[in-house]
Amino acid sequence: MKLGFFLREATRALRRNAAPSFAALATILLTMLVVGVFIPIVQATTGAANDVRKRVLVDVYLVRGATQADVSRVRETLLQTSGVKRVEFVSKQQAYAQQRAKNPALYALLGSNPLPDTFHVVPANPGDALKIAAALAPEAAGGGTTPIDRAIDKVATGRNDTKKILAVTRFVKLMAGTLALLLIAASVFLIANTIRLSLYARRREVQVMKLVGATDWFIRWPFVIEGIIVGALGTLLAILLLAVGKIAIIDPLASDFTLISAPNTMPFTVLIAVMLVAGIAISAVGSAVSLRRFLRV
Amino acid sequence: MAVKTGNSRLSRRAAAEHAPIVAARSAVPHRAASGGAPAVIEFRGVEKRYDVGAVGLDQVTFSIERGDWVFLVGSTGSGKSTVMRLLIKELEPTAGTIRVAGRDLSEIERKRVPYYRRNIGVVFQDFKLLPNRTVYDNVAYALQVTGGGRKEIRAKVPDILRLTGLATKLHNYPDQLSGGEQQRVAIARAFVNHPPLLLADEPTGNLDPETSIGIMQLLYRINRAGTTVLIATHDNAMVDKMRRRVIELSHGRIVRDEATGSYVRDESTREFAARMRGGLADAPPEI
Repeated sequence: MKLGFFLREATRALRRNAAPSFAALATILLTMLVVGVFIPIVQATTGAANDVRKRVLVDVYLVRGATQADVSRVRETLLQTSGVKRVEFVSKQQAYAQQRAKNPALYALLGSNPLPDTFHVVPANPGDALKIAAALAPEAAGGGTTPIDRAIDKVATGRNDTKKILAVTRFVKLMAGTLALLLIAASVFLIANTIRLSLYARRREVQVMKLVGATDWFIRWPFVIEGIIVGALGTLLAILLLAVGKIAIIDPLASDFTLISAPNTMPFTVLIAVMLVAGIAISAVGSAVSLRRFLRV
Repeated sequence: MAVKTGNSRLSRRAAAEHAPIVAARSAVPHRAASGGAPAVIEFRGVEKRYDVGAVGLDQVTFSIERGDWVFLVGSTGSGKSTVMRLLIKELEPTAGTIRVAGRDLSEIERKRVPYYRRNIGVVFQDFKLLPNRTVYDNVAYALQVTGGGRKEIRAKVPDILRLTGLATKLHNYPDQLSGGEQQRVAIARAFVNHPPLLLADEPTGNLDPETSIGIMQLLYRINRAGTTVLIATHDNAMVDKMRRRVIELSHGRIVRDEATGSYVRDESTREFAARMRGGLADAPPEI
């Protein structure tokens, strides 16, 4: 019975204050729309940056004529080097086959196999790639580098490329993270402020209720329910628009647009659930908290 | 008659079950002093200083017995409103004690204040109606606040609205009513729970003289049913005509506390209205 009363009060308030209610609804709709678009974008960007960083490898070329024993000894050495996640061995035959498949005409001219046995060293943390390279081939007195094993011919990192990749991807990730934080903060403030404004317009009403002897929660519940209704409605509309956009624009593109099918984007259902919970929680809690000031009569 | 003592919820129920005002008219209230019951309002050495340094009240001591009708007069800023706001616990005194029906207000914790307020009807100069509700719903809200059911509301609200002369305005919104009508709604709301005490802060401040008389007539009727009425006003002409007890405040101090002349206790509302008009005009039919 009490719940029915509170529900009636909330819907009455929504009807009688159509303009502020609509403003709150529109605010939630817009912020949720932006959030809903940005979460996948931020995730895709971060995912893409991580993908690129995964390609940072340290290549260890062995000397021509390295024996089977050399290969397994070097593998042990590499695995014991700190910061190494795993190593991949590509024998000279495999390398030759791969390269020839890419460039048959060129390799047909060559006749023999010029490629060495190679280890691809995958660092646990892409940022450590240069350190690993330095550990495997410390700088020698003359200015060059001396590998730590005589079977190693050369340690290659593509130094400049690695540095660039690391710097750029770090920047991209940082930007995406900052943007996401700013966006979330802006949404919370915007929604809270709109609610506050619509409550401020009704502060006299709250004051009168208190004078008649209403308890705080008796006054608060209709406002919280109102917040839930507005939050749910606004978010649902935003989700509806997002779904339309996804079906109409992104899904047809997804097959030939790798960024959007990046593996790290959260599934649409999860996105919807997160948005719905956030939208309702922010507006309900926002209503209850904003009301505190006006309840002190 | 139930004057709130210990448990506010019990007394609220008692007040609610109390017979409607029309039936109670014959029961003329007597001064409570004879029964030794505590005064309805008791101020003892009450002081109120505002943060900015202004003095709201300074050593104010008075008491009001059950069933009394008391005017609180004084110019703007003399402390009338401070007394009212202290009584509904909107403000806390800086020093001194305030008792209502024997209960020290400082002992009521914040959470219990709403329950305390349900025992006091309050009427303001600016009516303080809920703008988004009809007349009926405005009055019903006072009952809903106390947990009153639909049945109780359906029984009581039309009754009190008929009493206050608003039977034809049930479904109007406050902004569709005249000032006098709005004040009647406010009084109906204040009285629908049959509180033992009714406070009115400048109830006629926004109204023309003729409408004011109607409002005072209504308050008089409520008083005759046994409710203690305290009215803050600066309408001296009206106070003089009423010939009731007057407490005058000036700069937060009581400068006068006396019954101005004798008055007839058992005057009918019509006689009352006639006297208010100076006994010249014919009394209109009772509202």
